[in-house]
Order: sequence, then C-alpha cells, then structure tokens
Amino acid sequence: MPGWRRGLGRFARDRAAALGVTLLVVLIVLAIFAPILAPYPGDVSDFHTANRLHAPDAANWLGTDRMGSDLLSRIVFGARITITIAFVAVGSAVVVGVPIGLLAGYYGGWPSNLLMRVSDIFLAVPQIVLAIAIAQTLGPSIENVILALSVTYWPFWARLVFAETRSLKNEVFIESAIALGASPWRVMVLHVLPNIASAIIVRTSIGMGGTILTAAALGFLGLGAPAPTPEWGRMIAESREFLPEAWWYATAPGVAIFVVVMGFNLVGDGLRDFLDPRIRRGASGNGAGGT
Amino acid sequence: MRRLEMIVSRLAWFVPTLAGLVVIVFLISNVIPTDPVRVLLGENATPAQVEAMRVQLGYDQPLWVQLARHFRDVLSGNLGTSIYTQRPISEDLAQRLPATLELTLVAITLSIALGIPLGVISALRRNSLWDHVVRVLSVSGLAIAAFWLAMLLQFLFAMKLGAAPLNSRIDGFGPTPVTGFMIVDSLLDWDMDSLRSALSHMALPALTLALPAAATIVRFTRAGVLDVINSNHVLYQRAMGMPPGLIVWKYVLRNALTSTVTQIGLIFGVLVTNAVIVETVFDWPGIGTFAVQSILQSDHKAIIGFTIWIGALIVIVNLLVDIVHSFIDPRGTR
Amino acid sequence: MTALLAVEDLSLGFATEAGFAAVLDRVSLSIERGRVVGLVGESGCGKTTLARAILGVLPRDSARITGGRVWFRGTDLLTADPEVVNRTVRGRAITFVPQDPFTSFNPLFTVGEQIMEILKWKSPRANLPAGRSWLPAVVSPYPAERRRLDFAAVIELLDAVQLPRPDQLLRKYPHELSGGQRQRLMIAMALLPGPDLVIADEPTTALDVTIQAQVLGLIRRLATERNVAVLLTTHDLGAAYEICDAVAVMYAGQDVESAPVDRFFANPAHPYTKKLLASLPRADGTASGIPGEVPALIAPPGGCRFHPRCERAAGPCREVRPPVDPLESGHWVRCYHPHRETS
Repeated sequence: MPGWRRGLGRFARDRAAALGVTLLVVLIVLAIFAPILAPYPGDVSDFHTANRLHAPDAANWLGTDRMGSDLLSRIVFGARITITIAFVAVGSAVVVGVPIGLLAGYYGGWPSNLLMRVSDIFLAVPQIVLAIAIAQTLGPSIENVILALSVTYWPFWARLVFAETRSLKNEVFIESAIALGASPWRVMVLHVLPNIASAIIVRTSIGMGGTILTAAALGFLGLGAPAPTPEWGRMIAESREFLPEAWWYATAPGVAIFVVVMGFNLVGDGLRDFLDPRIRRGASGNGAGGT
Repeated sequence: MRRLEMIVSRLAWFVPTLAGLVVIVFLISNVIPTDPVRVLLGENATPAQVEAMRVQLGYDQPLWVQLARHFRDVLSGNLGTSIYTQRPISEDLAQRLPATLELTLVAITLSIALGIPLGVISALRRNSLWDHVVRVLSVSGLAIAAFWLAMLLQFLFAMKLGAAPLNSRIDGFGPTPVTGFMIVDSLLDWDMDSLRSALSHMALPALTLALPAAATIVRFTRAGVLDVINSNHVLYQRAMGMPPGLIVWKYVLRNALTSTVTQIGLIFGVLVTNAVIVETVFDWPGIGTFAVQSILQSDHKAIIGFTIWIGALIVIVNLLVDIVHSFIDPRGTR
Repeated sequence: MTALLAVEDLSLGFATEAGFAAVLDRVSLSIERGRVVGLVGESGCGKTTLARAILGVLPRDSARITGGRVWFRGTDLLTADPEVVNRTVRGRAITFVPQDPFTSFNPLFTVGEQIMEILKWKSPRANLPAGRSWLPAVVSPYPAERRRLDFAAVIELLDAVQLPRPDQLLRKYPHELSGGQRQRLMIAMALLPGPDLVIADEPTTALDVTIQAQVLGLIRRLATERNVAVLLTTHDLGAAYEICDAVAVMYAGQDVESAPVDRFFANPAHPYTKKLLASLPRADGTASGIPGEVPALIAPPGGCRFHPRCERAAGPCREVRPPVDPLESGHWVRCYHPHRETS
C-alpha cells in the first residue's frame, strides 16, 4: 500500500517518535545485556557496607545505595524487571481481553452484555486500587505484581474491542462477508481484527507506560519484589530516609522510570499519527482550496 | 427529558456497579488466596489459631453464605477492626476521608485553573514557541511517577529552599473541626493563622497532584480547541464578524470543554489514587496514609475496607461528572 | 463606480505540502445594488474561495493573497483596518449564508441564543456594538430595551422566512431542527442586520431536492423586497437560471464570462460556458460531458487555464490570459475565440 510508505516516512521524520524509539532501544539493550553492561553485575545481591551512600564518582557513576551497591548496575538490572513486567502484564491483558471483546462484540446477546458489565465494574475504579488489594492478598513478588496488573487490565481491552467490533459489525463490508458465507472465525480474524489493529497497537504502547508507573507505585508501596531485587519503585522507597543528603539515591531510579515511560508515550503518540491519518496534526480544516 | 432519562439510567447502574465492586473485592480477599484466614493472621500463626479464627469468622461456611455475610457487613458499615489502630475500620476511614477529599479538590481546582487556559492559548498559538514548550512539559508531566515527583518537590522546596513545610497538614491544633476541611473550618472560625498554616502545608502535596493532572488537561483542551477552531460554526461566526474574543472564550471553549469534562472524571480517579501514594510522602493524614500503613502491617481487612471506600467514592464522582456533562452538552452523546 | 462590490484582479493561493496552489488568478467580479448575481463553476474552480476572500475568512495559516483589491462602498477590504472591517462590514453590510446548515450552528447553544448573539453585536438599531467597548466581549451586557426590539425583529423575520411558531423554534437546539428549517434560519440571520450584500455559498447543496427550490425562491423574494444584493455561488445552473439577474462563470481559478441571465443562457460566448450548458441533461435524456479534467492548481496551465480542454485553443491561448472582451452591454468574456452571436 503506497500510503504505508508515506506514513513510514512521516514517522521517521517525527523527531519525538524517533526519540521515543531510541529510548526504548536503549532500554531493551540494557535489559538484555545487563550482565555485560553493568559495571558491577554482582551488586544486584552483593553489598559492601563500607561503601554505602557514596556520592557519584569515577568508581560509581550514579553513586551507591544504603547497602553500598552500585546504583548504576542495579538500575541496569532493574531494566530487566521493568521490561518483563510491562511486556508480560500488558501482553497477557491484550491476549486475554482482545479475544473476549471480539467474541462478545460479534455474538452479542446476554452473556456478552453481562461480560461487558463486569468489565465496566473493573474499569469503574482505577487500576491501582484493585491491584493493591490483589497484590497485598497474594504477597509481595514480581509474579504477583504482574498477575495483579494483568487481571485489572484485561477488561480495558475487552471493552475497547467489544465496542469496535460491535460498530464494525454494522458496516457493509462485514455484512457482505457474512452473507457470502464466511465463518464467524474468518470474519473476526480476517476482517474485524485488521481494522482495529492500529487502535490496539497505539494503546498498547501507551499502556506499557502506564503499567510501568503503576508497577513502580506498587513497588514503592512495598508490594513488589522484596529486597534485594533492584526494582526501581522499591529503590525510590528505600531512598526516602536518606534524603536530602543522598540525593542521587532517589534521583537515579526516578529518572530511569521517567525516561522509560517517556519512551513508550512518545512511540505511542508517533504510532497514532502514523497509523491514523484522519487525525493528522496540522491539517487546516476550513478548506485549503475549496470549491 | 433526555437528560432525565440519562440520569435515571446512570443511577440505576450505580447500585449494581457498587455491588459488583463489593463482590469482586470479596473474591479477591476470600477466594484468590488459598487460605484467606492465614492471610489475615499473618505467617506466624499456628495451625490451631488458624482453625479457631476460621470458625470464628465463618470461613467454614459455604461460599455464598460468606458472600451474604460480607454484604451484610459492608452495608452496615462494619468493615472489621484495624490491626494498626485497633479501631473499627470504617471509623478510621471516615475520620481521615476529609483530609484526602480536601487535598484532592484543591488539586483538581489548581490543575483546571492551570490546564485549561494553557491548553486554549497553546491551541490558538499553534506551533509557536509557547506551544512547543507547553506540549513538551505536558508530555513530560505524564511520564513522571507521582510519588517521585512528590519527593522531588519536597526535596527542592522544603528541604533545600525551605519555602514550604515538609509534611503534615497543619502546625499546632488547627481550627475547630466542623466539616473536617481545614480551609472551611478556618474560615468559619475566622482563624487566619490556621488558614495560612493549612494553605502552606497543602501547597506541595496539591502541586504534586495537580501537575500531572494539568498535563492531561492541557492535552485534551488543546486538542478540543483545535478541533473546534476548524469547525463550520466557528467559520460562520468569523464570517459574520463576531468579536474574536467572544468566539473563543464563549463558544469555542464550551465545545472544547465538553470533551474535557468527561476527562475530569477520569482525572479525578487518577488523582485520588495518586493522592493515596503522595500522602505517604508528605505524612498527610488522609485515607492514603492509612492504606499504606495497613499494607505495611499486612492489615488485610483494612485494605479491603479501603478499596471498597475508594471504589465507591470514584464511582460516585464519575456519576456526578456525567450529570454535569449532560448539562453542558445537550446532545446526549453517550 | 456604481457597483456595490467590485473585486479587481484578485489573486491568491494556498501553501500546501506539495507546493503553492494558485487558487485564484486575477479574478474580477462586480455586483450592483439589489442584484442577484450567480457565480457558477465546477467543484474546485475557486468560487467558495472567492466568497471567503470577500468575507475575509480564508484559513489564516495557509492562505496568501498575492494581488488585487476588493472594493466595497469605496474601501478596499483587503487593506483596510481589520478591526474596523470586522466591526462594521462583516455581519453588518456583508452577511453570509453558509453551505452546510447542519454544521454551521454551534450544537451546544439553542438557535435562539445564537441568533440573539448576532443581533447583540450587529443589530441595525445600534451603530456601536452592545455594551461598553472597554469590557471584554464575553461579559459585555445587552441593553434591555434594544434587546426587546431586536427580539421583535427576529420574530418578524422568522415569519417572513416561513418558519412556524418562531418563539418555540428559538428554544430548540440545532440538532432538533430539519435542514430546511436551519437554512431558513440562516437566511433570516443573514438579513436581520440589514445588509447591503448577502454572500450565499452553495446554500442549497446540502438540502433535499424538494426543499432546494423553496429556499432559492425565498432568497430571491426577500432580496428583491429588501433591495439586498446577493452573491450566490453554485454549481447548479438550473438554480442560477431560476433566481439570478446575472451570471458569472469561473474555471480553475479564473473568471471567464459574465452576462445578464437571459443572454447567458441564450448566447453563451466562452467555449467552457457553452459546453457547461450543453452538459445539462436534455429533455430526451441524453447528456454530454466535457472531455479532460480540471487542472491541478499547483502547476496550472499558462494563459487561459481552459486551453488543454478547448478545441478552439490556438496560439496566445496557451501563453497570455485573454483580456476582457466586452461583447455587449453587461456581457463580457475572456477568450480569444469566443462564440459570437448567431442571430
């Protein structure tokens, strides 16, 4: 499709999106090659109490924490946790929610409506409220955080896909596909899904950012993995008692979170402009060259 | 009449939504964990203690009986006793709710006062330097963790500059508690010292909550205004020589705000949940610190009670927002 | 000059991603007091752009005027003080009937509120806008006495445009009214300030066929009664025939012919006009088209922009735009090889 090429060009020229992609690439590289890139890979669990709370210097670029561990290394390893949480939580929510929404939207009827009402209840309260309850019940661990996040996130996708499927079902091209004898499976996968794919992709990227913030909040509250796991939210919580002297201790993980979430948000925005030309910025609506 | 229908139908769903919330919370607390009683008592309980508690709390009953009891408890306001304070949980929550509400309301007012004008001006001066700066800031505002921003502001303004108090809600005893809202109570007492103290203590927490919310509001207002500016009715008014200021601030703004108003309901929900976390940083005596302390104490019943209350609060606010929205937009596009 | 409005060699274009589109090329047009002039042409010929240029509401970001003047009552609207033009000309001496009555009303306010807002600022009963000029427009008050008189004028005019139960109608929201009702309201709103000229931009295109004739007839009748000039842009030649005193034709941003209505339909001179009239479906059901396509305006053809599609094109047609050739009183054409009168 020729439109794709032009859109891709636009995406490439979109500096904000390019920045976002760069940030994400850095994040993924850090996560994958953490053992190689971190200056003190052992500091994930080792501690050197003699070295505690040192300001940033040549040996420790970001300083050390309360156990004397190198902050930079811990943050690099924390990237692994962040990515894991983001991808698994959002991924599972999408994998569960999208098919549910498709089926509910396609078949309709009272089971679908009931399902959607249940989703509405989940969506009536912000994700973190229920996530706190779930995480606290299950106990502090990364797996439980992921579980809490995905359980509270799938209704969003189910609702979104349900609404889109239902409105698409009234479109002529779907009606004709059904009239021609296409099986429901075929209609859903080959006709409906491609049409809603761009909306899903855009929201996935932005959803990753939001999930990371929520996960960090859970970590901050102590509901994430226990020490000494280098989870960024937990590190910020640990740093609180050492302010204002050990400013580096609180700054580093906070900046890391900020940079990563920014990356996902920028990419999401860029994808939206790229995939949905209807809402292109800069289009003047009062008729450039009317009749 | 359409508006009345809408309000009635929303009210009709209000009760099932809350009920559903209670059910979900029940499932979370009693069904998900393999042994809810053990969760309640903590890890150090002996099997005998666990068994005794199980019978005492009725966990040996069939599930639907438990659910019915749960509902009865919730409706009668009995959420159990807090391990932390040794008082009924609903009493604790009720006592602390005004602090959280006051903070949230001030924060939302601040974010609206900041966000809407910035969004409008940003749209009117599209692609100018001003617009770019505002947009960068608003994108950044959405990427900052609220608790980290709280610590950052606390560090900058309280610790380093000494411009604002470090934490808590007020110095001294404060005004006579009538409503629980310090600002209102200070005014009722005409206690200017308390008012000043309350406001200065509220500054940092409210700012922490307001900035990310303002960022969202700027984005939506800007998009809304841009959308309307290019519409045919604005063209018509321009062609008929209406004063430009009138077109923007009376007509464009109202159209743009209809989408922003629905967002405010969303923002309030986000604000309340951020407040929960931000309160801890500032030692603000609201339901947020209560929740966090309950988490630290593994006070399970308290967390559940808190969840129900916050959930109910947000559902109520969303309902109010929808009602307000119906007055602004007569089309009923829901 | 007796003409009420005289557009003189107006050229303008739009900056687009692909380049600068020369949408209007030295267009001239004149309208006398009290006359209904039709401006016809295909989609994209520039008639709406010309209407907007006269009103002064071109898209601010991309439009650029490269030459010409718009004379109205002795003043060039393009170079006059914009604030004065906005206050005294727009919505007062020159008013507007838009193409789409569905989207030209603000959906969040009742039609009554919107009509009264127009009168608050543009009522003929006050030379100055309502309220004190040092107050921002949003909070300016509306003097009660004048408001009463204005409201009476509204009811009277709604009657004249044949809208039943005006006081009830005014309380409705735009989405509660039909297209025909909205367009009648638009016509009323255009006449309430007591203008000299009403610019109606394809006022019936968005309406049902059955309503179109009614609305056109209404425009004609009211214009004649109140001695108001009308500039009616349309791609519907039948409409032009029904209600116009004179017709001007545009093609690809150039004005090519102008004539009193009878002569226009009896003796079209420009090849394009002739083909246009020939393309109307005939009584026997046949119709002919015009071979070729409307040119893109980024790099338009030189000289007379119709030359690529014209079988009479030769020599200077491709290089130099034909000058005005006054065939008869009131009938001129820009063509090197016009059709001369047969009888």
